[in-house]
Amino acid sequence: MGLHHPTSPIIRLKCMELFHADPRDILMKRLKLPPWLVLLMPAIIILSAVVLIPLLLSLYSSFTSYRLTRPDSLFNWIGTFNYEKAVTDAKFWAAFGRTVLLLAVALNLEMLLGLSLALMISKVTRGQRALRTMMMFPMMFSPILVGFQFKFIFNDNVGLVNNALQSLGVTDTAIPWLVDGKLAMFSIIFAEVWTSTSVFGILILAGLYAIPRDPLEAAKVDGCTPFQSFRFVTLPFLMPFIYIAMAIRSLDVARAYDIVQIMTNGGPARRTELLWTLIGRTGYVDARMGYANAMGYVSIFLAIFFTIYFFKKLQSARKELGMGV
Amino acid sequence: MAQVHLRDVVKKYGTLEVVHSINLDIADGEFVVLVGPSGCGKSTTLRMVAGLEGISGGEVAIGDQVVNDLPPRERNISMVFQNYALYPHMTVRENLGFSLKIAKYSQPDIDKSVDEAAQILSLTPLLDRKPGALSGGQRQRVAMGRAIVRHPEVFLFDEPLSNLDAKLRTQMRVEIKKLHQKLKSTIIYVTHDQVEAMTLADRIVIMRDGHIEQVGTPLEVFENPVNTFVGTFIGSPPMNLLDGVIKDDAITFQDGSSLPIPPGYDLQEGQAVTFGVRADNIMPVGHALPSGDHMAEVEMTVDLTEPLGTETLLFAALAGTEVQAKMLNPRPVQSGERMIFQVMLDKCHLFDAETGATLRK
Repeated sequence: MGLHHPTSPIIRLKCMELFHADPRDILMKRLKLPPWLVLLMPAIIILSAVVLIPLLLSLYSSFTSYRLTRPDSLFNWIGTFNYEKAVTDAKFWAAFGRTVLLLAVALNLEMLLGLSLALMISKVTRGQRALRTMMMFPMMFSPILVGFQFKFIFNDNVGLVNNALQSLGVTDTAIPWLVDGKLAMFSIIFAEVWTSTSVFGILILAGLYAIPRDPLEAAKVDGCTPFQSFRFVTLPFLMPFIYIAMAIRSLDVARAYDIVQIMTNGGPARRTELLWTLIGRTGYVDARMGYANAMGYVSIFLAIFFTIYFFKKLQSARKELGMGV
Repeated sequence: MAQVHLRDVVKKYGTLEVVHSINLDIADGEFVVLVGPSGCGKSTTLRMVAGLEGISGGEVAIGDQVVNDLPPRERNISMVFQNYALYPHMTVRENLGFSLKIAKYSQPDIDKSVDEAAQILSLTPLLDRKPGALSGGQRQRVAMGRAIVRHPEVFLFDEPLSNLDAKLRTQMRVEIKKLHQKLKSTIIYVTHDQVEAMTLADRIVIMRDGHIEQVGTPLEVFENPVNTFVGTFIGSPPMNLLDGVIKDDAITFQDGSSLPIPPGYDLQEGQAVTFGVRADNIMPVGHALPSGDHMAEVEMTVDLTEPLGTETLLFAALAGTEVQAKMLNPRPVQSGERMIFQVMLDKCHLFDAETGATLRK
């Protein structure tokens, strides 16, 4: 019997050792990894698989002429060509501008409407719970369905709005809500505001509940009219809540896609094209994924900018109230 | 400055009446303290004067004007709240000047008034801080400063010292008193602390369950309580109460022991009474104040002592009921020690056993 016979005691020992080996032993002792790295390994593996690798891959692909229809083009490095093309493309900047416009108009409208809704509901003494629940109804529908619903409401032939306007005798023409460029943008903003005003409503209502009663009474005694109490006491207390809502909603609106896609599909003639409908179309319809990824990376800055902006505002509003940072 | 009149003032929440037809006249420049246990309606009454609560019945007048239907801002009052109620987003200076800014005073006028108020309350070094960076006592001073900048006709204080620690409370009490002497304005002050009431008030209004029990100067309500409630509420420790019956010109207690009837009462044989005596008026022989004409001696066993430094409280059983007695110039006392006590009868009270009302002629 030779030394390397399978039943030789030494080999049997080795096998047993491997079989019983603790994975920690393999990583720490055999690979000489420091303990902190070993402990972080599960998190690192999961994050890499879910976030890091896709992110790096998409970043890489934005430097290639990658087309979904030609997988081998993933290896065709073209440097910053996609980025140069994006920042010199009028269509891209038009979509960018439109997204900013939608953001500005929708967010401010939602804030004002949400604030008024919250103020009114906070004054209601009976049935406040029911009203609060009803206020949140629009949030319960998928944006896709909201898109379909408003597509019907604003339809120029069978739509609810035209029907109502004509029956009331306001107009006898069929107003092309979704066909005219400006009206289409208006219709989209309308739908967006309808779905999401309650986000502001509910957050501001929470803010209203959190306001201490004493300063408001002090303001009354100090001679404030109801409007002045609101302006000088209530509103400063609400600002942190408003900025939180703004930060959440700016991320939401900056990635707006579904409602627009359903209602106008970016049309007519790209008049309602937003960043992500443009990017989606470029990536999946035109199959130019490399270019779409490049535009995506530029667009991300918009979202990051607004988030940082509103968080800065939030911090300073909290500091105003002496709430710390 | 102005008088304040409350005539048959009622407050109802739905069908629940919490303040029952209160009448009170407060003179110009007077410092009146509303005192009572929580839920007695004192804060509600103050808030009705302020205009923060609606008035369900009767009339509130400030000066010559009935203010029932005026909003707070038209009543020319200012109020200091228990929780300070400062505007957290404004600096001390802005807090102080806010009411003047609302009243559209010019900036130099506002600055002048704010500086003056800050001077009075020693807030000058804190003017640029926000309330969050102030201690409790400082916040309370800012709240008071906010009240005085406007030179209102009436100041309303709603338990302003309850959130401060004991030492600060004593300090602020003195400051409030000084402030009143300086401003000579009408003040209505609500508290549940009878010590605050006694030390601050020109007149005390003692309230219970939405009724006024007694109105009087601190000494009046202390020396002549109209009923057992006032007797036990005003003064510390609370007045000792013992149930007894008038028999053979003496008060006979349940255990058969008896005490002579204090002077100034007209009683019938067999009448059920409550005998009231403060700890200050039961003292061990040799530790009592120079004895008056009406003295009675009782022997009691001391169960427990509470040394307070200048005096010691003694807990003992008198006629089967635990009472508190006081020893001045204290010496150490063992529990279980039997001592002879003097009861100063002319300082004792007799109340109707059923209604609790005083039987004094």
